[in-house]
Amino acid sequence: MSDPAIECRGLRKSYGDFEAVKGIEFEVRRGEVFGLLGPNGAGKTTTVEILEGYRQRTGGDVTVLGFDPGRRPRELRSRVGIVLQSTGLYRHIRVREALVHFASMYPHPRDVEEVISLTGLDGKEDSSVRTLSGGQLRRLDLALALVGDPELIFLDEPTTGFDPAARRNAWDAIRSLKSLGKTVLLTTHYLDEAQSLADRVAIIKDGRIIIEGNPQELGADSGAATYRISYRNGDGGLIQRETDDPTTLLHELTGSALAQGRRLEGLSVTRPTLEDVYLELTADAPEEAADGE
Amino acid sequence: MVSDRAPTPVSLAWRQYRLERRLFWRNPSAAFFNFLLPLLFLVAGGIILHGNQTDLNKLVPSIAGMAVMSTTFTALSYNIVFLRERGVLKRIRGTPLPTISYFGGVAANAVTNTALQIAIIVVAGKAFFGLDWPPEWGSLVVFVVAGVVCFAALGVAFAHAIPNFESTAAYVNAVFLPVVFVSFYVFDSSSAPEFVRTLAEALPLYPLIHGLSGAMVTGASLSHDLSDLGVIAVWAVLGIWLAVSGFSWEQRRD
Repeated sequence: MSDPAIECRGLRKSYGDFEAVKGIEFEVRRGEVFGLLGPNGAGKTTTVEILEGYRQRTGGDVTVLGFDPGRRPRELRSRVGIVLQSTGLYRHIRVREALVHFASMYPHPRDVEEVISLTGLDGKEDSSVRTLSGGQLRRLDLALALVGDPELIFLDEPTTGFDPAARRNAWDAIRSLKSLGKTVLLTTHYLDEAQSLADRVAIIKDGRIIIEGNPQELGADSGAATYRISYRNGDGGLIQRETDDPTTLLHELTGSALAQGRRLEGLSVTRPTLEDVYLELTADAPEEAADGE
Repeated sequence: MVSDRAPTPVSLAWRQYRLERRLFWRNPSAAFFNFLLPLLFLVAGGIILHGNQTDLNKLVPSIAGMAVMSTTFTALSYNIVFLRERGVLKRIRGTPLPTISYFGGVAANAVTNTALQIAIIVVAGKAFFGLDWPPEWGSLVVFVVAGVVCFAALGVAFAHAIPNFESTAAYVNAVFLPVVFVSFYVFDSSSAPEFVRTLAEALPLYPLIHGLSGAMVTGASLSHDLSDLGVIAVWAVLGIWLAVSGFSWEQRRD
């Protein structure tokens, strides 16, 4: 079981003359939450839909749980759960009925009642899908993806359009997947989401991965952004200094301030956040035609 | 091993069928347009043509042909477009449900509606419209099956031409109503202009009505109606080819 859940080597996808994915490489280990980040049109959804078996790649080698997703083997589909960006359901189906129906397609389904409480759909079991709110529908999407007890779960922008409370709930549900030992591939354009959920993230831009790593360390290692020291001078003006070596700079600043008997009001040292890295790296993101996102 | 406990394609088709049946009756507009409408036409026609056996003899097989078309062509066009545009097909494609099981269940649901309607029309013909039981049961089954295969395939194929769910009614009726009108007219009137007759005979509904009339009313044997069956078969082959080759599991993005 030590082989990676997803292996992606030199993945390419063209739509006519437009190359949406230009040689993407990454690996998702078993049991980790991997975040794919990037602006709209960067190639996230195209990449994920190739891994899910919805699209055929133009080039490269891809395996998902050891299978080629392009061949869509039934066993692979039995072991993967997919939450797409927007998918509907039969209008007149009820919540439990839908879960029971989808559970019946899998060889080792989870207990439907368990999935209902895991996704917070208690009390809605007998409601028609038509009467659910947007957030409840999204939870049903997650429940339907979990009911087959998959090893690997694809979550494509799972909280887009959620209010803050619903996002927190969804995050808790995603964390619980990790504690169940599931592997999760998450795409999102929310940085805080990637930062708080993912063990590792990759940022995609223009069909290429531009950086990959632990979200906490990504900023420091990237060299794309550095430490920032800020304080207010005597006039109350905000001074910001950036440095690769915060210890030395801080020593100089505090030393001269002490010597002059000044205070450094509002002194703070911040490490670059994923957001800084992201904004810097994707700064010139062109407004290219949607590549299928 | 996963495979030893995997549900069989047949049991999955059966589950899909049962779900489709339950959902069908929960959707009042589908139940009305796909199921009750032909029967309402039958009742209305029966009232208008009351006492005129020659016309009633033409009404019953005409409505039977229309019922086949509406339970398959109309119903499947609507369903496929709805399921495609709402992303239900895409969701299903992401599960281990085999394609054959899914479409088996969906088709069996349509066939059930067709069979129920034909049964109702046959019984009503005997009870209220002065017809006897169909003289050629075998021929009736052959024509209903041929009609179902042909119109179901054409319905799925036609769904590919419909760009979004909002325009489905317009697209479907733009085909359904003229075909029904031309076929009924030519079947009823021996004085129909030649080009209209030629057109009707080339479309699949008129041959179906003609064949059903032989099976339900006049007692013409199947060998008599082989040319009708031939036209239906040609449309069926075309429909199946278009249905399969153009099939899309997802909403088109422009």
